[in-house]
Amino acid sequence: MLELKNISKNFKDFVLKDVSFKVNEGDYFVLLGESGAGKSVILEIIAGLIKADEGAIYLKNINITHQKIQDRKIGLLFQDYALFPHLSVYENIAYPLKNTHLSASEKKTIISGLAIEMSISGILGRKPVTLSGGEQQRVALARILALKPEILLLDEPMSSLDIQLKIDLRSLLRKLNQQGLTIIHITHDFEETFTLAKNVGIIQKGRIMQIGTVEEVFKNPKSPFVASLRGVKNFYPAELTSMAGMEIRKAIISKDLSFLLLSGMEDGQGHVMIRDRDISVSAKKLDSSASNNFEAEIMEIIPSRFGMEICCDIGVRISASVSRESFKELDLTAGKSTWISFKASSVKFYKN
Amino acid sequence: MKKQINIRNLVFALLGGLVLLFIVGPLAGLFLSTTPNTLFETLTDKEVYHSIWLTLFTAMAATLFFSIAAIPFAYLLARKNFPFKKIVLGIIDLPIVIPHTAAGIAILGVISRDSMLGRWAETVGISFIGNPLGIAIAMAFVSIPFLINSARDGFASVPERLEKAALNLGASPIQVFFTISLPLAWRNIISGMIMMFARGMSEFGAVVIVAYYPMITPVLIWERFGAYGIKYAQPVAILFIAVTLLVFIGLRLLSKEKQTDH
Repeated sequence: MLELKNISKNFKDFVLKDVSFKVNEGDYFVLLGESGAGKSVILEIIAGLIKADEGAIYLKNINITHQKIQDRKIGLLFQDYALFPHLSVYENIAYPLKNTHLSASEKKTIISGLAIEMSISGILGRKPVTLSGGEQQRVALARILALKPEILLLDEPMSSLDIQLKIDLRSLLRKLNQQGLTIIHITHDFEETFTLAKNVGIIQKGRIMQIGTVEEVFKNPKSPFVASLRGVKNFYPAELTSMAGMEIRKAIISKDLSFLLLSGMEDGQGHVMIRDRDISVSAKKLDSSASNNFEAEIMEIIPSRFGMEICCDIGVRISASVSRESFKELDLTAGKSTWISFKASSVKFYKN
Repeated sequence: MKKQINIRNLVFALLGGLVLLFIVGPLAGLFLSTTPNTLFETLTDKEVYHSIWLTLFTAMAATLFFSIAAIPFAYLLARKNFPFKKIVLGIIDLPIVIPHTAAGIAILGVISRDSMLGRWAETVGISFIGNPLGIAIAMAFVSIPFLINSARDGFASVPERLEKAALNLGASPIQVFFTISLPLAWRNIISGMIMMFARGMSEFGAVVIVAYYPMITPVLIWERFGAYGIKYAQPVAILFIAVTLLVFIGLRLLSKEKQTDH
């Protein structure tokens, strides 16, 4: 649906180099990278706010590289929302409808529908300055949806929201995506990536380092940057289930493997993640508070910056991080049998 | 330490008081030196009445007419960089720094019957000399920098992201200008228009060279002073000051109401 081919842009102190990727219709594509990696520049190039020096952009196989911003129908949710301060919430949402041939009553119906969907019906008469951050964001989103965009571009949409608003926005974005809206979302937060992305692009210093599904990218990191997202190697698709009368819950990884965990999420499909530093390796089963204990065979030992990474097979590949001292003391070698333990509180569940 | 600051403030306040006295003193003297009777007589003097009306009308017409070009130009200056921009900005400020009689001579050179523009105007039956049109041109020449500079500051203070957001939402550049940039810069534009109007109204040097007749009030005050002396010039001056104050207070109030509407 959208394809970027070798997009390059030179700034005084920053270079975007040969950025290429494809986003299919209905995809939820997350571009993950640190601050200053060039994520926002890519979004602005797609939206047409910045002109690329080289390369081409195709939308539905049509070259839109030199198309005017106003003709692209690509909605961009700015990080600061960019609401028009002199217009009411209603007038803000009505703004993209100015150039349509809709009658006043049709416009009103569209705006009312969007207001209900975004839960902002009660604030349509207010000016943006009187709204909270969450309300402003929903107004900005309603305004973009009034445009009926081909693609929705989100510039760090979670960055200034509190936890509850993040959860609300996540489910709203998921719903919009399920309704068929193609979304490109940029973030520096890998938890956002897990919970929302179908496909991920990793960007570092103006270059795309890797592209693929969430599993592909994090299980086979092709750059030290991806690998440096500590602990993210241990994540698995899982189904969260409650156990009668117990606070502790179960994440079913496969027929023969499940982890015990603490989670406030509803039962359902998702991913679990355990940081490698939260996993203990021992010669025999420990008498400890750890609820998850597995006998495992060491598959591989990889020296890392702060010790050794021990990769074991417990039905899935799992990595633990140990200090060089512990590594020597336990005399760990590939093929040796060992015990892997981690607490229920170390297992994080992210709902799909 | 606290005492030192108090002394400093006291000295500064005294100096401020002297400056205020410097402004208010002559004006108060002017008002006190004229009796209500003389004022009333001046008020019914048709020549005075007409000149005040002509001054207000020409200054307002000059401001409104030149705004049509000055406001979009100010937007360009705020948003775009182009070669020799600094020189252009310097040219805009020229009318403020050059002597106004010299400005009058310069304008006269362009609009007199001997000039190309004057000859062309003459063929369609317009004469700039001795005509309110000429007065308006002279007023605009010396006062337009106030509007351009204020409007430029106004446009520069509108976040460019809002304009980009509007484009992203499907608006054309001209729609963005009228629906986003102009309403958000309105405060500065109105303030610039009031300044231009005020400066135009009080202009004497450039106008007197272009058009002695019909007489605007600053020229009338000058003529009364030259022909009859200070006693005859004072009541006209008082009336003109009163009218300008009323107009400015009115305009300021109007523009404030407009701002609170938003």
